[in-house]
Amino acid sequence: MSRFKRLISNYIFLRVLRAILTIFIVATLTFFIVRLMPGNPIEIYIGQLMSQYGMSFQDAKNQAAALFSIDLNAPLSKQYIIYMRNLLRGDFGVSFLSQGTPVALMISAYLPWTVFSVGISILISFTLGITLGMLSAYKRGSIFDHIMSTIAAILSAIPNYLIGILLLIIIGVQLGLIPVSAMRGTVSPGIKPGFTWIFIKDVFSHALLPIMTYVVSTVGGWMLSMKSSTLNTLGEDYVTVAKARGLPESRITFAYVGRNALLPLFTSLTMQMGFLMGGSALIESIFVYKGIGWALGASIAQRDYPVMQAVFLIITIAVIVANFIADLLYSKLDPRIKIGGE
Amino acid sequence: MGVKNILKKILIEPLVIISRDKAGLVGFIVLLFILLLSFIGPYFVKLDTEVKLDKIYQFPSREHILGTDNQGRDIFSQIVNGGKDVIIVAFLAGLISTLIAVSLGSLSAYAGGLTDTVIMFITEIILTIPQFPLLAVLAAFVRLTNPTMLAFIIGFLGWPALARAIRSQVLSIKERDYIEAARVLDLGRIHIIFSEILPNMLSYIVISLIMAMTGAVYSQVGLIILGLVPFYGHNWGLMIQLAWTRGAIFYKGSIFYILSPIIAIALFQWSAVTFTRSLEGIFNPRLRAGE
Repeated sequence: MSRFKRLISNYIFLRVLRAILTIFIVATLTFFIVRLMPGNPIEIYIGQLMSQYGMSFQDAKNQAAALFSIDLNAPLSKQYIIYMRNLLRGDFGVSFLSQGTPVALMISAYLPWTVFSVGISILISFTLGITLGMLSAYKRGSIFDHIMSTIAAILSAIPNYLIGILLLIIIGVQLGLIPVSAMRGTVSPGIKPGFTWIFIKDVFSHALLPIMTYVVSTVGGWMLSMKSSTLNTLGEDYVTVAKARGLPESRITFAYVGRNALLPLFTSLTMQMGFLMGGSALIESIFVYKGIGWALGASIAQRDYPVMQAVFLIITIAVIVANFIADLLYSKLDPRIKIGGE
Repeated sequence: MGVKNILKKILIEPLVIISRDKAGLVGFIVLLFILLLSFIGPYFVKLDTEVKLDKIYQFPSREHILGTDNQGRDIFSQIVNGGKDVIIVAFLAGLISTLIAVSLGSLSAYAGGLTDTVIMFITEIILTIPQFPLLAVLAAFVRLTNPTMLAFIIGFLGWPALARAIRSQVLSIKERDYIEAARVLDLGRIHIIFSEILPNMLSYIVISLIMAMTGAVYSQVGLIILGLVPFYGHNWGLMIQLAWTRGAIFYKGSIFYILSPIIAIALFQWSAVTFTRSLEGIFNPRLRAGE
């Protein structure tokens, strides 16, 4: 095999290639949506400036060009190249509404909170789900299994934003356990960031409702998948052989059954990450948790196109990167993937 | 295969078998109840639009089964009249997704080679783009002024996961003896796909359609709650959006007003999923065990 061929069929190389290609396609897509859609935001903005501030067409056009960091006089192909080059430099233009604020700055303020809350949620939900799922599989047919499976089926069917609203109503409004309005935003005003107990406590109390929502809405799905995956694995020959060899029960449970039952779930993990990052637009809007999802909702509501365009791109890139990491992890855990290629 | 046979295969047989599965049966009955309530109900219960300020936030009574909302209107009448649009949009969107998924998925599996690689590559890429943000961004550009348009946008983005599943289904059917026989008889690609493979997947396609519908409900209600679907009318999603944006959910007495549409949507989703999950288990035991 030539070196080139070996590179082409390399698992990691293929993944990187696909990730970059997807980002490129999405970036192109957003450019053409903004520029070519009927009533595109740039024309709307120019019209607004002219009618509201009595600007001349040329002045309005210049201001719009500055906002979108696009040279509107250049041919479309050149505009596209400039747009892509700006993206590579991390220049996303300037916000419509909070004038003068670079979009890149806004994103760096919002994105970490979403990555934090979604990341923690997936960790909790996945661990809890697989533990409950394995327990259910080992005790299949018991009352525990029936109750847990029923609850899991109900929770995983309800849209996550409805679970968010339910949590808000039940815990916040009806029972009054949590001061809902004080928990808006990501940090309380006046609290300095740092490795202090006060700061960490504050951060978690603000993220509590979003995290609870993500966990409650996804844990059922993990449980059910793990249960059926474990039941499958329990019937495998190597488990029977391990039992026949008289290996200790705990070793069979974790090293033989658990590890192999877990593998198929990793593919769902990547899907889940995309779904949660995407759904954060709704969840964060409900709790006014100022992450990237909230920023998307707010910028769409206010038609702040430069922010909207950039936030959408960043969410997509975040999902692609997360997928990529999960893929790498998966290929480490299951070597068959790497050898077998696609 | 005659119409009678197809009906028997996708309607009667599943019903007979499902009556043996408890969870599936409950799901089916709840689903049927919601459909009847939403499509027949409006002929009996008219939507209450009259503002009665002396009757706001009433708790359930004989007169108002589910109480009244922030303007004294009957909530039960809103629930009865609020399901039709949601379900129709979901059905249309699900139908579009399923059609695209079945065509591309079976073409990909059957043709193989380069066609397969290209279709699957496109599918994977669309699958990676987070669907809800894309929908939300598109909704900001395209004025979603009528339900059909909403259904089309949701449907056109909702097919990739299904296409992949259909592809693997076709791949497994393709290897079976009777397909091999049809190929030896040289019956032609179109004939084999439409007369030999697809009829054997009818139950699976019906299942996919219902699952696509639940996905469409998720996106649709989500868009409505974010206030991105500015068409008139009345539906469960709009009830939640109004209760949320007008602050009613922060008032203790509004519990029946806000819970009613949430439970209606949750019940619809749960019953649809439970019903199809047991269908899936019946038709394809291997699939249930494998995933």
